[in-house]
Amino acid sequence: MSVTEVGSGMRSYYGRPVLKEPVWQPEIPWYFFTGGLGGASSVLSLVARVSGHELLAQRSIQIASAADAVSPLLLISDLGRPERFLNMLRVFKVTSPMSVGSWILAYSSAASSVSAFLNTIGRLPRVSELARTASAVSGAPLAVYTATLISDTAIPVWHEARRELPFLFGSSAIASAGAAGAIAVPPAQAAPARRLAVGGVLVENALFNLMEKQLGMVGEPYSKGEAGKFKKIAVGCTLGGAGLLAGPARRSRLAATVGGALVLAGEAAVRWSVFKAGFQSARDPKYTIEPQRERLQRSRTAPGSAEGSV
Amino acid sequence: MAAEPTGTPYAWPDTYGDEAKERMGFFTDTSVCIGCKACEVACKEWNLVPDDGMVWTGESYDNTSTLGANSWRHVAFIEQDKPLHGDGDGEVDALRWLMSSDVCKHCTHAACLDVCPTGSLFRSEYGTVVVQEDVCNGCGYCVPACPFGVLDRRHIARHSGDPPHEILGLQLGKNEDGRVWKCTLCYDRLKGGHEPACAKACPTDSIQFGPLDELRERASKRMEKLQAEDWNGARLYGEDPDDGVGGFGAFFLLLDEPEVYGLPPDPVVTTSHLAEMWKTAAVATGALVLGVVAGFLGGAR
Repeated sequence: MSVTEVGSGMRSYYGRPVLKEPVWQPEIPWYFFTGGLGGASSVLSLVARVSGHELLAQRSIQIASAADAVSPLLLISDLGRPERFLNMLRVFKVTSPMSVGSWILAYSSAASSVSAFLNTIGRLPRVSELARTASAVSGAPLAVYTATLISDTAIPVWHEARRELPFLFGSSAIASAGAAGAIAVPPAQAAPARRLAVGGVLVENALFNLMEKQLGMVGEPYSKGEAGKFKKIAVGCTLGGAGLLAGPARRSRLAATVGGALVLAGEAAVRWSVFKAGFQSARDPKYTIEPQRERLQRSRTAPGSAEGSV
Repeated sequence: MAAEPTGTPYAWPDTYGDEAKERMGFFTDTSVCIGCKACEVACKEWNLVPDDGMVWTGESYDNTSTLGANSWRHVAFIEQDKPLHGDGDGEVDALRWLMSSDVCKHCTHAACLDVCPTGSLFRSEYGTVVVQEDVCNGCGYCVPACPFGVLDRRHIARHSGDPPHEILGLQLGKNEDGRVWKCTLCYDRLKGGHEPACAKACPTDSIQFGPLDELRERASKRMEKLQAEDWNGARLYGEDPDDGVGGFGAFFLLLDEPEVYGLPPDPVVTTSHLAEMWKTAAVATGALVLGVVAGFLGGAR
C-alpha cells in the first residue's frame, strides 16, 4: 500500500551488490581458452587420423597435450589453497560441474599426454592410438563443461545464458583448434583445419549475438566496460583472422600463421568477455533485483495467487 | 503463510539416520532490532573471525556493509521518511529507522553445498550448512553460486608476519588463508547444547534460535500481531518451504521489500536448473563432435 512499488526507480541497499563477484583470477578465462583448445584439438586429431590426415592428426594431439598440460596448472594456481588441489578428486558430484570437470580434465590430460608422448617418440603405436581415442572421447566434454560451470551460478548474465553458453564455448573451441591446426601444418594439408576455424568463428559470432539479444537487459555488460571491450576485440580478431584463413592462407603459410593467431587471440577474448561480464553482472544489483521483481510481479498477477503482506 | 509443522522430528533422516537432529534455525524479527550489533561482536568473538579493517561508509550506522568471509552477521541500517504504522495519521515528521541483522540463510536447497567440488560444504545433522575448513581448497565456486552473496574467500595472511600474497605466479602454497568462510550456525555450540552466540547476545530477542517448525509458528503469530497493529510493510521473508530455495533455515520478518535490506526479492537455487544445464551440455558436446567431422567433409582446399 504505502510501500513504493518498483518502477523506474529500483530500490536497493545503498546501491550495494546483492551477489558476490567471483573470486576467480585471470587464470580462469585462460583456462576456459586452453580447455577449449585442448578438448577440441583431441577431437580434431582423432577425426584427422581416421580420415587420413596424418600430419594434422599428429600436430593436433601435440597441441591438445600441451593445452591439457597447462590447464591443470592454471586451475591449481587459481586455488586459494593450491597445496590442496587433490581435494578436487576427493569426491565425484554431479551437482558440481567443477567436480565433474576436474575428473574430465584429469582423465583427458593423462590420455592426451600419453598419446602425444608415444606418438612423438614413435613407440607403442597401438597404445598411442588407444590414448588418442580416449582423449578424443573426453575432448568435447572438456571444451563444453566450463560453460555449464559458470551457468550453474547465481550470476544473472551467466545463469540466464545457460542454453547458449555451452554452444558458444563449443564453437569457440572448434575455431581455436582449427586455427591452431592451420598454423601447425603446411597450407596444402590444412584445409579441414581452416574450414573448422572459419566455420567455428562464424557460428561463435552468431551465437554470441544471439545470446546477448536473448539476455536483454541482463546482457548489458557485453556492451559495457571490460566485457564490452573484450567483445569488440573478439569480433575484430576472429573475423579478421577468418578472412585471412578463408583466402590467402590457402597458399601462404605466413597468411595462415597470422590468420590463425588472430583467431586464437579472438577466441581468447571471447572467454575474457564472458568472464568479465560475470563480474559486471554481479557488481550492479539491478541485474539481480529487477528480473526477480518482474518474475514476482508476473506470478502475483497470475490468477489464484494473492500476496497481501504489504 | 502459516507453515504447517512438517510433523517429522528429524530433518535429514536419509543422511544421518539415528544421528539426525531436529532442524534448527534462526528467526530474525527485525521489528525489535535496535541495531546494537551485539550479534556481530558475539559472532566475531566466539568464532574467532578476524578483523578486516574499518571504513566509515556514511551509510547510516552501518560500517560492516555486507556479509562476507569476515562478517557472518551484518546489521543493516535504513533511514526512511515513512511512518512505522499505517499512513502516519497526521504525523508531521514521519521517520523510521529500519535495522536488520543479516546472516547465512542455511537454505533447504543450498547452491553453495551443491556446487562445492570437494565436499567441504556439508549439511550437518541439524540441517544447517557448514564449511569444513580443513577440506576447503579455496576454489571459490560457492562464492558466485550463493543467491545472497553470503560466502567469500578470506584474504588474510595465515600468520602475522607472512609476506604479502602474490596473486599471479605459479607458486604453490600461497601465504594467505584462501578458504571460504561463512556462518556455521555455531555448529560447535549446537553440539554442546548451546544456542548460537548471536542469538545468545541479542538483547531484544530479535534473533531467535530454535527448531525451525517452532520458529515458523512463532513468526506467523508475530506477523498476525504486526498486521493487526498496522505496521508498515511487515512481511515474512524466507519462511515459505515452497520458495526458490525450499525455504530458509534462517528466515526474517522484514518491514519493507527484501531489496531495501540488500536481499534478493525472489532467490532461486541455481541447481534447480541443473538437469536442463547438463542436457544442454550433452547436446553441445554432440554438436562439437559433429562440427569437427563436418570440417573434414569436402576437398583439400
